[in-house]
Amino acid sequence: MNYLWAFLVGGGLCLIGQLLIDLTKLSPARILVAYVVAGVALGGMGLYTPLVEFAGAGATVPLTGFGYLLADGVQKAVAERGLLGIFTGGFTAAAAGIAAVVMFALIVATLFKRGDKMT
Amino acid sequence: MGAYLGKGTIELNNAPSILSYASAVGPKEGQGPLANYFDYIGEESTLGESDSWEKAEVILQKSAFRAALEKGKLAETDISFIFAGDLLNQCTCSSYGIRDFDIPFIGLFGACSTMAEGLGLASVFVESGVAQNAAAMTSSHFCSAERQFRLPLNYGGQRTPTSQWTATAAGCAVVAPRKDPPYIKAVTFGKVTDMGVKDVNNMGGAMAGAAWETIGAHLANTKQSIYDFDMILTGDLGMVGSGLLIDLFKRDRIDIANIHADCGMMLFKNKEQDTHAGASGCGCSASVLCSVILKRITEGKLKNVLFVATGALMSPTMIQQGESIPAVAHAVHIGG
Amino acid sequence: MKITNNEYNKMLKAASPKTELHKTLPKAFIFGGLICVIGEAFLHLYMNYGASKETAAMLTSITLIGLAAILTGFKVYDKLAKHAGAGTIVPITGFANAVVAPALEFKTEGFILGVGAKMFVIAGPVIVYGIAASVLYGLIYYIMGTVVA
Repeated sequence: MNYLWAFLVGGGLCLIGQLLIDLTKLSPARILVAYVVAGVALGGMGLYTPLVEFAGAGATVPLTGFGYLLADGVQKAVAERGLLGIFTGGFTAAAAGIAAVVMFALIVATLFKRGDKMT
Repeated sequence: MGAYLGKGTIELNNAPSILSYASAVGPKEGQGPLANYFDYIGEESTLGESDSWEKAEVILQKSAFRAALEKGKLAETDISFIFAGDLLNQCTCSSYGIRDFDIPFIGLFGACSTMAEGLGLASVFVESGVAQNAAAMTSSHFCSAERQFRLPLNYGGQRTPTSQWTATAAGCAVVAPRKDPPYIKAVTFGKVTDMGVKDVNNMGGAMAGAAWETIGAHLANTKQSIYDFDMILTGDLGMVGSGLLIDLFKRDRIDIANIHADCGMMLFKNKEQDTHAGASGCGCSASVLCSVILKRITEGKLKNVLFVATGALMSPTMIQQGESIPAVAHAVHIGG
Repeated sequence: MKITNNEYNKMLKAASPKTELHKTLPKAFIFGGLICVIGEAFLHLYMNYGASKETAAMLTSITLIGLAAILTGFKVYDKLAKHAGAGTIVPITGFANAVVAPALEFKTEGFILGVGAKMFVIAGPVIVYGIAASVLYGLIYYIMGTVVA
């Protein structure tokens, strides 16, 4: 069942993204920003946690999940460190993802050849 | 001497000749319907320049230029002036393409209208007697254009149904005093026309208005009708722009559907090669003109062609500032 | 006959083909869903090896980012994305592709000003506004906490 809900919820979040692209002509960068900010907001209001418990990766893999991670990180950091946590929480929670993407990008840029496009 | 007929139109009474022409294209264009007409087809998009798309585009220009010299049995020193331009910032592929040649260079920017702009200027220079032979050349490369105007090539974006595929192609024509056909009979330089279109994925739609304006001006100034031509050849309006142009003339109660052709619709097998609304880019109209079209005029199969290359003068900076896309079209009457 | 921009844009709209939603939407749903299922599989795998839920989620993100980076390097990701649309943009793999693609593309301009400076040319705003939103939320959360206390 876990897999089915992951598929349906994750697919549904992507479907909303496709609707935004096709109907509003929003560029991908704007959609990504909207998803992350929406994730922070939903996470902050406590609305995203039930979805994560219910759909697992279906809720954490889409970029709203990245926003949720940021909100969750800030909550924990504020609880632990007070005022300073406002500033450390987001980046601490996102640290693994950002460091990974930077390293992988450097490795790929070093090892791979640039590609063209024919279609 | 040429006569100014008003509002951008110059009639060339001596009608200089196109002495020689050539085209060079990339592999996707080489798989298209015009493959047999091109002088040079690159095996890969890199054209042997593995490290840069801009350098690959430079190779295209050099190849087209060398082929044009060879076909016309011309030496570098026979060319008095060369008018050239491309899509990239600082018209960079043109200046690097011409760097190795010992020829006075006049750089142009007219986006995809550059071929008609350059051909028109070269013809006026020859007509006036100041130039013996003058060349017009332009190029575009899908990859160099994508990375400057849009997104990195390996980014996973989706192209919209109205988007056009920038041609990896170059074309070069050498104009000389009147001898054999094709002849350049008249030129109309168009004005900048902005119809308020903001969709950067619908260039043909942004440019159709400019083509309509320039064709109208050319006909009015030369006192000709659309039926004096056997082909109205627009540059790269593609599927959407071509349809819109036909509609615009329909509104004027003129039916151009049967004599209108568009280079952007000729370069690729649009459906099979998945280009969406057709081809675009300076090299699109340049390579189609400097291959099949000029050949057909030389053979007498086409008598009077109004070549109208259209350019979307799009700046990513201005688009981000909320501006719309200005466009321009220049018309050159080429006859047999 | 003169034409107003308004009338022109109406004619343009009529002449422009529409996006075929009946094709794009199902593809986005299926591709996006499948990526999440792959994520779910890794989540279970890491949890089976004894990782906590939180650690497993983090490892899953790193794994998906790595896979997307490699697929971008092999020029596969953009070919999938041509069909998948938002299905490959919205998941974390799309974020990875948005970082890796410019890094690879701008390699010609060198590793500092090309790769380094252009890496976040698409995904940068995600980090900027994600972090800004988290700080804003942190502030609200802190104030609410102190007021309640």
